[in-house]
Amino acid sequence: MFNWSNFVSQCFNGLVLGALLALISSGLTIIYGTLGVLNLAHGAMFMLGGYAGWVAFSVTRSFIAAVIAGGLFMMVVGVLVERVIVRHFYKRPHEDQLLVTFGLGICLVELVRFFFGSLSKSVPPPAPLVGITPLGFMFYPTYRLALLGIVAIALLALYIVLYRTRIGMIVRAGIEDSVMVDSLGIDTDKVFMLVFGIGAMAAGFAGIVNAPVVSLSPDVGEAILVQTFVVVVIGGVGSFPGAILGGLIAGEIISITSMFNPAYSYVMLFIAMTLVLVLRPYGLLGTAGRE
Amino acid sequence: MLKRSPFLLLLVTAAGLFAAPFVLPFLGFTPTTINRILVWGIFGIGFDILFGFTGLLSFGQSAFFGTGGMVAAYLLTVTDFPSVIAALGIGTLVAGIVGFLVGMIALRRTGIYFAMITVAIAEVFFFVEFNPLSAYTGGENGLPGVPAPTLYLGFTTIHFDSDTRLYGFLAFWFFIAMAIALRIVRSPVGAVLRAIRDNPLRAAAVGHNIHGYKLTAFVVAAAYAGFAGGLLGLMQGFMPPDAFTFDTSGQLVMQTAIGGAGTLFGPLLGATLWLYLSDFLQTTLHLGATWKLVLGVIFVLLVCFLRRGLIGGIEDLYALLTGTRRKAVAITPVAAPSSPIAAERKPVTAEHARKAVITAMAPRPPANEPKNEVVLEAMALTKRYGGVIANSGIDFSVKRGERRGIIGPNGAGKTTFFRMLTGEVKPTSGSIIFEGRDITGMAVTDVSQLGLTKSYQINQLFNRLTVRENLTIAALAYLRGKFRLDLFGNPYQVEGLDEQVEKTLELINLTTRVDTPVSQLAYGEKRRLEVGLTVATNPSLLLLDEPLAGMSPAERIETVALLKSIGHGRTMIIIDHDMDLLFELVESVTVLQEGSVLANGTPDEVKRNAKVQEAYLGGVHEGLAAE
Repeated sequence: MFNWSNFVSQCFNGLVLGALLALISSGLTIIYGTLGVLNLAHGAMFMLGGYAGWVAFSVTRSFIAAVIAGGLFMMVVGVLVERVIVRHFYKRPHEDQLLVTFGLGICLVELVRFFFGSLSKSVPPPAPLVGITPLGFMFYPTYRLALLGIVAIALLALYIVLYRTRIGMIVRAGIEDSVMVDSLGIDTDKVFMLVFGIGAMAAGFAGIVNAPVVSLSPDVGEAILVQTFVVVVIGGVGSFPGAILGGLIAGEIISITSMFNPAYSYVMLFIAMTLVLVLRPYGLLGTAGRE
Repeated sequence: MLKRSPFLLLLVTAAGLFAAPFVLPFLGFTPTTINRILVWGIFGIGFDILFGFTGLLSFGQSAFFGTGGMVAAYLLTVTDFPSVIAALGIGTLVAGIVGFLVGMIALRRTGIYFAMITVAIAEVFFFVEFNPLSAYTGGENGLPGVPAPTLYLGFTTIHFDSDTRLYGFLAFWFFIAMAIALRIVRSPVGAVLRAIRDNPLRAAAVGHNIHGYKLTAFVVAAAYAGFAGGLLGLMQGFMPPDAFTFDTSGQLVMQTAIGGAGTLFGPLLGATLWLYLSDFLQTTLHLGATWKLVLGVIFVLLVCFLRRGLIGGIEDLYALLTGTRRKAVAITPVAAPSSPIAAERKPVTAEHARKAVITAMAPRPPANEPKNEVVLEAMALTKRYGGVIANSGIDFSVKRGERRGIIGPNGAGKTTFFRMLTGEVKPTSGSIIFEGRDITGMAVTDVSQLGLTKSYQINQLFNRLTVRENLTIAALAYLRGKFRLDLFGNPYQVEGLDEQVEKTLELINLTTRVDTPVSQLAYGEKRRLEVGLTVATNPSLLLLDEPLAGMSPAERIETVALLKSIGHGRTMIIIDHDMDLLFELVESVTVLQEGSVLANGTPDEVKRNAKVQEAYLGGVHEGLAAE
C-alpha cells in the first residue's frame, strides 16, 4: 500500500538530507575548483566538526556554542592542513593529492577513535526544537524542520561570500582560471588557505548541525564522502549551484528509495549518476575544461 | 628495476618465494600473515597495472575483489562445483566482465572524476552484496565453509589444508600472476599504457585508441582482483563480506603507494610492511585499534617525502651509494653533440646534407587513389566559441608533396585551424576532405591513423619515458593500428618497428640520446623529438605548429634542414612566425588574419602583397603614401 503521508514525510527527509549534502558538497567543490585538489578527507572533516561540537556541548551545554565551535574548529583545522600539508601538493600529480588527503582522512578518523572510542555520541537538539511540529497535513520532527532552515542560512551565507564579496569574486575567478588570477598579482597563497578553511568549515558545520539527527561515530564521514562524490559528479565539479542541485537530487533519491527498500538507495543514486555521466558528462551545471 | 631481464626477475621472484617461509618467521611473521601478503600481492599486481602503469587511480577495487571471491566461494559452498581451480577461474572471469561494465562507465571521465566514480560504484557493490543479494552472498555473515584447494596428481591428491601447504599453493599463483604481469607491461600494450599515463592527449594524437587501452587495463586489474578475492576465500575457508568495503580499496591503494607504484613488486612490499606492522602493533605492542592511526601517519609521511614509495627510495639510495646517477649526469653533456651551443653551423649542415639523402621512410601510400592531386581540402571551415569567431569560412587546399606555410598575426586562428584539421576540435560548420575522404568531426585518433598528424606548438611528450620509448609508442600506432590486444607480444618483434624507430632517431639527430629520459633532454632536443613523434607515425600529411618556436638561431637552421629532409615526398603544412626561414622552406604561403584567409601565393607574392604588409606592419599604405 502506498502511504501518502509517509511519502511526503520522506520527501521532507530528502530535502533535509539534500540541503545537508549540498552544504558539504559546496565545501568540496569550491576547494577542488580553486585549489585543484580533491579533498578525500572531507568526510573525516564532517565527522571531526561533529566531535568538536560535541566537546563544546559537553562543556557548555549550549547547542549554539557547539555549532560555533564545530564550524570554527574546522576552519582552523582546514587552514592548518592547507598550510602544513596540502600546500606542498599543488604542483604534484592529482594522484598524489588524492593519496595524501586520503591518508589524512584516515589519520583524523583514527585520531578521533583514539580519543573518543568507537561508541557513538549524541548531541540533543536545543530545548525549543525538541518534539514534533504539526504541519497541517502531517507531523514532522521540529529539529529537522529547523535544520532545513539552518542549512539554508548557511548556504545563503556561503552564496553571499562567494558572489557578493571581493574574496568570493577571486575564488570564482580562480575556479575558472587560477593561473590567470595568480598572474594578476593576487596573493593566491592566502586565498587558497582561506578557501580550504571555508570548505572545511562547511563540512564541519554540517557535521555538528546533523549530530542531533544522526549520532556521531568516527565512521560517520565515510558514507557522507561517497554521497558527496555522487553529488559533485551529478552537479558538476566547481559549480556552487551544481552542488546545491546535485545535493537536493541525491537527497530525494536516497530518501524516497529508502521508503521502498533502503538497500536500493545506493543503486538508484548510482543509476542517476550514470545517467548524468552518459547524457551530460560534465555534470548538470558543470562546464567542460574545469577538470 | 623492471628494466632488468624478465627471466632474471622471475628467477629472483622464485628464489624469494622459496626463501620467504624459512626467513620471514624469524622476523616475526606468522604463517597466516605470509599467506595474506601473497593474496594482497596478487591483488596489487593488477592494481599496479592500472595505477602505476596506466595512471588510473581507482578507489573501487574492492568491488572486483569481492565479486571474484564471492562467485568462487558461492560455487564451492552452495553448489557442488567440483574443481577449486575452475571456481577460481570463473570468479576471475566474472570479475573481469564486471570490470568491463564498470570500466565503460567510470572511464567516461578521467582524473579525480574517475576516482570519485570508482568509489561510488564500489559502494553500490557493497550495498548490493549486503542486501538484495544476501541470499547468495550470506549478507553480513559472508560464506563460510570454503574448502581448501586440492590437487589431484593421478596417484595421490594434495590437500592444501595447512598454512604451509597453502603457502605453496599461493606462491605458485603469485609466481604465475607476476610472470603474466611482466609480459603485459613489456608488451606493446604495456608501452601504450605508459604513454597514456604520461600524456593521454598525445597517446591519442599519435593514433592509439586510449579508451580501449584504458578499459583493457581496467579489466586486467579487475580480473587480478577477482582472482585474489577467490584466493582470500580459499585461504580463510570463509569468504568475508568486508572484502567489499571501502577500507579494502583504501588498503590496496595505500599498500601500493607505500611499496612504490609502477614496479609490480611495490604492492607486495607494501603489503608486507602493512600486514607486519598491523600484527606487530596489535599483538606485540597491544595498541588495539590505534594501529591504524600509526599506519595512517606512516602513509602520509611516505606520500609526502618518499614519492616513489619504498622501492623508489631503495633505488635512489642504491644510486646514491654506487654513484651511478651522478655518473650518468656527468656523461650526458659529452654524449650530446647536438646541444645548442656545440651545434656549429658547418658540421650541422654537413650532417644534414648526409641525412637528406637518408630521408626516412617513404610516406604511407594514399588510402584512396588520388584522382586529382589535392590531398587536403577544407571548405568554408568555421569555428565559433560562443560569440568569438576563431575561424570563419576558410577555404584551403593542399596538393600532394606540397610544402605550405601558414602565417598570420597572433590570434589569427592558425592553431584553431590546425586543431580542426586533426580532429582535436569539431568545426562549427564547413567540411574537411583528406585524400578524398570526409574527415569532418572525426576523432583525432582516427585522423592520425589515416595519416594526418600534427606536431604541437608546446611540446607534448611522454616525459617519464626515454627517447626510444617515445618514438616506439608513435611507431606502434602506425604499425599496429589504433587498437590491438597483443597483451603478451614483444614490442621489439613488431615488424618494422626497429627500422622505423632507428630511421626517425637518425632523422631527428637523437641517436646518441636514445636511452635518455625526456625530462633530461635539452629544449632543442625535446623540440626535435616533438617532430620525431609525428614522423614516426609515418604521416602522409604532416602539420607543424611553430616548429621553430623558442629555438636559438643555430637550432633553427638545424631544424629547417631537418624539416626539409622530412619533407621529401611528404605533404607538409607549417605554421611559424620566423618568416625568413619559413619562406625558404615552403613553396606557397597562406596568410590568415582574424580567422579568415587574407592571401594565398608564393612566398614572393605574399611578401609583396599590400594587404599582408598592412596586416603585419599596420598602416603601411599611409606610411608609403606620406613618403
